[in-house]
Amino acid sequence: MEWLLVAVAVLVASGLMAVVMTSFPRLSTFWGAVGGGAGCAIGLFAVVRVLWSGKVESLRWGWDVPYGSFSLELDPLSGFFAIPILVLSGLAAIYGSRYVAVFWDRKSVGELWFFFNLLVAGMLIVVLARNGMLFLVAWEVMSLAAFFLITFEHEKQEVRDAGKTFLIATHLGTAFLLTMFVLLGAESGSLDFADFANSPSTVSADLLFLLALVGFGTKAGLMPLHVWLPEAYPVAPSYVSAVMSGAMSKLGIYGLLRVLMFLSDVQPWWGWLLIGAGAISGILGILSALGQSDLKRLLAYSSIENIGIISMGMGLGVLGTSSQNPVLMVLGFAGALFHVINHAIFKGLLFLGAGVVFQATETCDLDRLGGLLKRMPWTGSAILIGSVAIAGLPPLNGFASEFVLYRACFNREGLLAALSTSIPCVAVIGSLALIGGLAAFAFVRVFGIAFLGEPRTPHAAGARSPNDRMSLPILLLAAGCIAIGLLSPLVFEKILPVVAQITHYELAMIESPAARASVPLSVVARVGCALFLLAGGLALVRRWLLSGREVAVSGTWGCGYSRSTPRIQYTASSFAQPAIGFFAPFFRTYTKLRAPRGLFPQSASLATENTDLSTDLIYHPLFGAVGRLLGKLRWLQQGRVHMYVLYVGCTILALMIWYVSMELPPADASMSGTVVERSP
Amino acid sequence: MEVATLLPLAVTLIMSPLLLGVINRTKAMVGGRKGPPLLQPYYDLIKLLGKGAVYSRTTTWVFRAGPIVSLAGCVLAATLVPLGGCESLIKFHGDLILLAYLLGLGRLCTVLAALDTGSPFEGMGASREAMFSALAESAFLLGLAALARNTGATSLTQMHAALADGAWSVSGLTLALVTVALLVVFLAENSRIPVDDPNTHLELTMIHEVMVLDHGGPDFAFILYGASIKLWVLGALIINLVLAPSAGESVADLGVALAGMLILAVLVGLIESTMARLRMPRVPQLLVGATALSGLALVLEFGGIGK
Amino acid sequence: MSTDLNLVLVMLANLAMLGSSRLSACIRLSAAQGILLSLLPLQLELAEHKLAPRLALFALTILVLKGVVFPALLMRTLRTADVRHEVVPMVGYVSSLIFGVIVLCFSFWVSSRLILPHPAPSPLVLPLALSTILIGLFLIISRKTALMQVVGYLVLENGIFIFGVALANKTPLLVEMGVLLDVFVAVFVMGIAIFHINREFDHIDVNQLTSLKD
Repeated sequence: MEWLLVAVAVLVASGLMAVVMTSFPRLSTFWGAVGGGAGCAIGLFAVVRVLWSGKVESLRWGWDVPYGSFSLELDPLSGFFAIPILVLSGLAAIYGSRYVAVFWDRKSVGELWFFFNLLVAGMLIVVLARNGMLFLVAWEVMSLAAFFLITFEHEKQEVRDAGKTFLIATHLGTAFLLTMFVLLGAESGSLDFADFANSPSTVSADLLFLLALVGFGTKAGLMPLHVWLPEAYPVAPSYVSAVMSGAMSKLGIYGLLRVLMFLSDVQPWWGWLLIGAGAISGILGILSALGQSDLKRLLAYSSIENIGIISMGMGLGVLGTSSQNPVLMVLGFAGALFHVINHAIFKGLLFLGAGVVFQATETCDLDRLGGLLKRMPWTGSAILIGSVAIAGLPPLNGFASEFVLYRACFNREGLLAALSTSIPCVAVIGSLALIGGLAAFAFVRVFGIAFLGEPRTPHAAGARSPNDRMSLPILLLAAGCIAIGLLSPLVFEKILPVVAQITHYELAMIESPAARASVPLSVVARVGCALFLLAGGLALVRRWLLSGREVAVSGTWGCGYSRSTPRIQYTASSFAQPAIGFFAPFFRTYTKLRAPRGLFPQSASLATENTDLSTDLIYHPLFGAVGRLLGKLRWLQQGRVHMYVLYVGCTILALMIWYVSMELPPADASMSGTVVERSP
Repeated sequence: MEVATLLPLAVTLIMSPLLLGVINRTKAMVGGRKGPPLLQPYYDLIKLLGKGAVYSRTTTWVFRAGPIVSLAGCVLAATLVPLGGCESLIKFHGDLILLAYLLGLGRLCTVLAALDTGSPFEGMGASREAMFSALAESAFLLGLAALARNTGATSLTQMHAALADGAWSVSGLTLALVTVALLVVFLAENSRIPVDDPNTHLELTMIHEVMVLDHGGPDFAFILYGASIKLWVLGALIINLVLAPSAGESVADLGVALAGMLILAVLVGLIESTMARLRMPRVPQLLVGATALSGLALVLEFGGIGK
Repeated sequence: MSTDLNLVLVMLANLAMLGSSRLSACIRLSAAQGILLSLLPLQLELAEHKLAPRLALFALTILVLKGVVFPALLMRTLRTADVRHEVVPMVGYVSSLIFGVIVLCFSFWVSSRLILPHPAPSPLVLPLALSTILIGLFLIISRKTALMQVVGYLVLENGIFIFGVALANKTPLLVEMGVLLDVFVAVFVMGIAIFHINREFDHIDVNQLTSLKD
């Protein structure tokens, strides 16, 4: 535990150093990146050491904030989420040390490093915190650091807009969390997690669950709470997006799991809700991804899809818990957790890859790319591995976790059991199948359009391989995709202690339900190895067949069109068109057409843009209405300081009168009173 | 390991191109022609394997890896499918998912190889293939889910065995619906009429054929062979469903199943001779229809009526 | 042929009607549905090993009306009125299909909580009757061609018929005859009306009738 504090200290101190050195960008980068990397390495060492020993380490200091205590603990669940945070952030720091070079001459990179390291430290404290107050403080530090990272290039209008959306979304989420913690702590009068778990809550568990779902779901990006993701991820520097998507959004999942542990009375409809929200996020997420032509925006939507898959797994787990069905419970939670790791790896990889593409070509628009694999063979191949993995295809890691979820459904205790279990299972199977097919479609499109074929613009043609410091993390993550795919039974086994903790079961008791998935997984892993061997064998056969024969190189067969140019290639929009047309009700497609005119048309153009349905249907009308309503209060805005002080004074007076006149039991009254006063 | 478990794989690897021969022969005979020899697909494969190769300047290693990985995926998929009372070589709970995803991997590789050429036509075919297979996948997995619910089994071999004891007389409805759904998936995934016309001569209307325009020599042989294995594997699922084995007689059962495969090929030939290819926008409708059939089968199972 | 198979075929005909674009195909499907339904009372009686001549006559009437007369009338109108042969949907075919499956699931759910005076002869009867009625309604609502609305009306009546035959096969012969007469008149009147609308306006798109309102 002390080592973890050292890691946090190193992160914060190096961030401060980077700020101090900010007028010397190289030095600042050096301090920031080395500190970030070192902090992550130390933290990783500490986490692995504790998890390996199988013990739970904790630490508790007093803290003179009301109801706060500096109470940290490293248990399997925390450790499980800490590992992807630390690994991904460490690799991102290495990558970032080179990525930020473009900002050296125009921006101060000191603040970038400060907030990046602060973000990592915040995330680490969030998973370790065992006190509601500490949790919320760390949560806010994390969110605000993320906000400053998103708005790093704040001279651009779209960046400022994205930052605003993020700030509103994250604070609305936090408001729900604050309410939830207050309600949780209302009974025992303490915000320590240990007390939540022990004290029987008087507040309805349903309400707490809903509050947690909205609060944490906003951070994770469950639809329709996802609006900030597709705005924020594209504008942040790529390595920050990688950390935010791979690690930070997972903390929403962590929070939800942690709260589920406090709630004793688990209801089946929670599971149905999680599965429903997951299926909607998954299907609509990947569909929206298909409609995007901006690579990073596409990846943001695909994050929503993966959160949906994770949520479906949790839903199965909750359903299993409520119906005392250990197989469904264990496999559901295990599949969700497995997918958490996998998503961190391949989404981190793809975001880092998107950064490479952006720096090499100065665009993320798929329709302006092409032929990049030839220009950056290693990075490109790694991105191909990431794309296959995220499409959930064997033998890579994405398939392993989806297989566990499928297996949770295809089961005597799942699909074949009573209707209340088997109907959700069918929903999961159907959604996963559709998501799988569409994800393959979406990522074939990404890789095929951006990396294969001929470059569509001079920018793409002039792309070069990235610096080693940028390609090394990508290659490592790609290796991770293959390794986890082939060693999936081992990884699955390491997840079981976490599942045991979430479900309050002994490890030995969940081993036999878990074997339902681990035994098939070992066969799947062997088939994966066989696939590599067979493909290698076939390659040798072909080499042998072709040896001594003519192997010619010529142009692509153009079906009779001999003067083809790169611009004749299928574009990203046309590639996605069958799906966009078919699923038209889920899109708002805006088309800008300049049709060819006259006998000798000079030029014509067609541009399409797919906007977010929930933004159009829910948020714009909602915020428009709120805006109009608040517009009526505009007379309060006098622009004079006296008036504002008067308002503050009136508020304090009103609160005091309200507080004094309340007749509540002492613990409760002081509790809610204090927190409400502190919240503004 | 028993020798019997190797049988389905061996039969698949040896006999799969024959199906194409039978289909083509049937079409020729219905059309009043004599048609190519039954073994023509084998001759084609041998001829292609003996040729050199031409690669486009645009392509990368993805283009060369495509046929190999896709064939490897199809061969491994063949190890998962039982046939006529013989168990499959590899069997475990949930192998049907691996089967679906291995075929998916094969498809992904073909699509990527097509995009690697930079040809607009191949891009067009790739886009269609990706779309239609995404829809076929849910029909396929939901159909298998209905089957799993019906037989109470979660591996293909178990399902196959469970169907043996007169399942058709007990739950014929569900099985019939699933069979039709699987037949649609079979036709769509193997690019047969009414989804795709393997003999079309206009690139704009092709799906699968247009994706492999640039492949030649051994690569094309791998692709053709992989496609024929896929045809066999998906066909075997249907035959396993329709011609349930009578317990015990494994040699006779295998014979019946093989005869069934040939009849299926004749059936495909007849369908291709009597139907026209659907317009492209109508294809998703057919696949959603297949999904609806799978869904109906599931609803029947849930209602406890399929029995 | 078992009752269940019969009912599932009726449902498949419903789905096919939702997914098909040709008016003539829809009419044929409704004819097939009618023929299947005419067998339903016979099957139910045979299951109890008795067959009253009165019932056989009833079934024959249904067969002739639903399987031959109505479709023939509609086909004749289709031919003579020289109208568009597509159904002109307001909801796409795929969405209609998906709607059909959802309706089916919904009907199963509803019928699982519905308590009947007599136990149904098959657990499929109630949900399929309900979904046939709802799909009939949907066809009327979502297709623009007037002829298709007659077909939808027939489908709806078929659903009511399943209800009547299967749930209360003892009493309501009279009721059923009444309904049939009703439909008969309706089809007749609509057929004639359509014929004349067509002659007056050269089309039978009901959307255009809105211009008739006050």
